[in-house]
Amino acid sequence: MSSSEPGKTSYREAMREALREALRADERVFLMGEDVGRYGGCFAVSLGLLEEFGPERIRDTPLSESAFVGAGIGAALGGMRPIVEIMTVNFSLLALDQIMNNAATLLHMSGGQFSVPLVIRMTTGAGRQVAAQHSHSLEGWYAHIPGLRIVAPATLEDARGMLATALADPDPVLIFEHGSLYNMTGELALDAGAVDIDAAAIRRPGTDVTLISYGGTLGTALDAAGELAGKHISAEVIDLRTLRPLDDETILGSVRRTHRAVIVDEGWRSGSLAAEVSARIMEQAFYDLDAPVERVCSAEVPVPYPRHLEEAALPQVPGIVAAAQRAVG
Amino acid sequence: MSPRRRPAVTAGTGTAGTGTAGTQAAHHADLLRQMLLVRRFEERCVELYSAGEIHGFVHLYIGEEAVAVGVNQALTPDDAIVSTYREHGHALVRGIPLDAVMAEMYGRTTGCSGGRGGSMHLFDAKTRFYGGNAIVGGGLPLAVGVALADKMRGESRVTACFFGDGAVAEGEFHECLNLSALWQLPVLFCCENNMYAMGTALDRAQAQTDLAMRAASYGMPAWAVDGMDVLAVEQAARHAAGAIRGGGGPHFLELRTYRFRAHSMYDPDRYRDKAEVAQWRQHDPIDALTARMREAGELTDEALAAIDAGLAAALAGAVESARAAPLEPVANLTRFVYSPRQS
Repeated sequence: MSSSEPGKTSYREAMREALREALRADERVFLMGEDVGRYGGCFAVSLGLLEEFGPERIRDTPLSESAFVGAGIGAALGGMRPIVEIMTVNFSLLALDQIMNNAATLLHMSGGQFSVPLVIRMTTGAGRQVAAQHSHSLEGWYAHIPGLRIVAPATLEDARGMLATALADPDPVLIFEHGSLYNMTGELALDAGAVDIDAAAIRRPGTDVTLISYGGTLGTALDAAGELAGKHISAEVIDLRTLRPLDDETILGSVRRTHRAVIVDEGWRSGSLAAEVSARIMEQAFYDLDAPVERVCSAEVPVPYPRHLEEAALPQVPGIVAAAQRAVG
Repeated sequence: MSPRRRPAVTAGTGTAGTGTAGTQAAHHADLLRQMLLVRRFEERCVELYSAGEIHGFVHLYIGEEAVAVGVNQALTPDDAIVSTYREHGHALVRGIPLDAVMAEMYGRTTGCSGGRGGSMHLFDAKTRFYGGNAIVGGGLPLAVGVALADKMRGESRVTACFFGDGAVAEGEFHECLNLSALWQLPVLFCCENNMYAMGTALDRAQAQTDLAMRAASYGMPAWAVDGMDVLAVEQAARHAAGAIRGGGGPHFLELRTYRFRAHSMYDPDRYRDKAEVAQWRQHDPIDALTARMREAGELTDEALAAIDAGLAAALAGAVESARAAPLEPVANLTRFVYSPRQS
C-alpha cells in the first residue's frame, strides 16, 4: 500500500490491494481492459500492477469492449480466471451482447457443462460533472439478468474483500464501483480479506424507519440518518451490497421492525432496482407497513453537466430526510 | 442465370490425401461418409420438423457440408470449436454422438445440451465444442478468449471459429480480427461465405465483397477457398492449422459455399433466383466427391449403398432413442442458471 500510515487506506488502494492479492494467489488470474497497464487504470486502481506482474497478466486492450469482454468469457471457459475492467458502465453497453447473451446464458444453454468464472469490474454513477455519457447508474439493468451476480462495494472492507470472493465464484460476477468512492479514505484492518457477497449489511441500526441503499448513495443515506437523529427519528440504514440476488431476509427483517421503508437508488426511478425492492416489501411485508414505501431516485433525465443541475438530478440528503419524515408521519 | 461467383480459388500447400492409393481411397470414403452423415441427419430433421416432432428455429447446412468436414480434418481432439446457429454439421463431424445431437433436437435430457439449447445451441465439453452461438458475430470474442487461455497456458491448440458472411458486417468481427492478430492468438477463422445473410445478398450489404482481403488487412494470412470442394477445404485448413500451431498467429479462410435450402424452416426463400439455386446444386460437394471417387475407381455402388444403409440405421436408432428419452421435469426449470454453491 502506498499509504504511509498503517491501517489508513483509500477505496482505490483497497481495490488495488485486492487485485494484487488475487494476482499473487492464482496464476490463472489476469486483468485486462482499456488502459489498465501502462496508464495505470483510468481511475488509477491498477497503478503499478503492470510493473509487478508484467504485460501478459496486466493486459492493455484496444477500445473493443465487446471483443475483450467476450475474450474474458472465452478465457474463463478455457480455464483462466480473468478480471475484465470496463472503464464505465456507459461503455459496458458496447459489450452488452457478450454479458447478456454469453456470460449470463452459457451455463444454462449448455445444460450445465460450461460455467463462466469471470469477474467484470466497472465504474458507475454520477457526481463528478462528467455529463450524460459517463454518469449513469445502470447496475439495476444488470441486476435484471438471471445468471449474473451483481455486487456494489460501498465500504473499504468491501472494496478490499469482494474481489476474492467474486473470483472464487464459478459464475460471472459484476462489480460496480461508484466513481465518487475511489478517494474515500479510512481505517482498514491490516489483515482485511475476503468478505461474503451474499448478505446485505445493516450499517446503522435504528427503530423508526429503514433506509435501503447501496454503492455511491450509502454515504448519502448515512448522512440523512444522522440528520434524522437530530429530528428524533431513528433510521436504520441497510447497505444492499449484492444487488442480485437480493437478500430479502435482511431487508424484510428490518422493515418488520421499523414498519417504514425509504429506498435510495441512484438509478432512474422507473423500472429501477428501487422498484424491485419496493415490490418485494409490498409482496412480503405489506401488513407490517405503517406507511407507503418511499423511493428517492435520480430524476428521469440524462445526467446534466452543470453542478447545480447534476446535484438536483441525484438523490440528496434533504430528499431522503423529507421522504423519511413523510413515512414516519 | 449463372451463380454470381463460381468459387474457384484454392490455396494452401498441405499434403492431405497423399499416400498409397488404398489409404487415399479410405480417406475419401471417410470424408464422404461424414458429409453424408450431416446431409442425411438434416434431411431427417426436415421430415421431423414437418411432422411436428422438433420445433423452434432449425437452420440447415445442406450444401455446405464440405466446409465442416474439411476443416475438421485439420483439428485434433485437443482443439476447440466455436460455432453458429447453423452448426449441426460442425457438431456431428466433431464427434458429438449422433444420438445426443438428435436428442437435443427433441429437447430431451439426453441431448448434448441437456435439451435446454435445441438446434441452435449444441454444446459438448468433452470435444471442446463451445456451442452454437445464435447472435451473429457473437462467437468470435469467445473464440479469441478460448485461444487466449490456450496461449497463456502454453498449450499448442487451435480454436476453429465458424461464422457466416453476415458476421463480417458486425463490429465484433473487426474487433476480434484485430485483437487476435495483435496478440497473435491461435484462432482459425472460418468464414462460411454462402453469399447471403439470411435474405440479404453479400453485395447488397458489403461495399467490399472480397472478405479474405478484408481479413488480410488486419495483418493475418487469409485466403479464399472453394468451399464446395472438401479436399480443397481440408488442404487449406491443414495448412492454416499447421501454421497456427507453429506460432503463426491467427489465420483466416473465406470458404465460398452455398446453402441449398432456405435460411431456416420459416424462410419462404423469396430473395434468390431459383435458377441460381439450381446452378449451385450442380456443384453439390457430395456429388463432386462421389464423382471423383468413382472416376478413380475408389467407390462402387455397393460401397455407397452400404454407407447410406449404415447412416439410415444409425439415424433411425437416434430418432427412436430421442423419442423415448425423458424430458426434464418442470421442477428443474431453474437449474443451471447458477452453478451449485459450495456451502
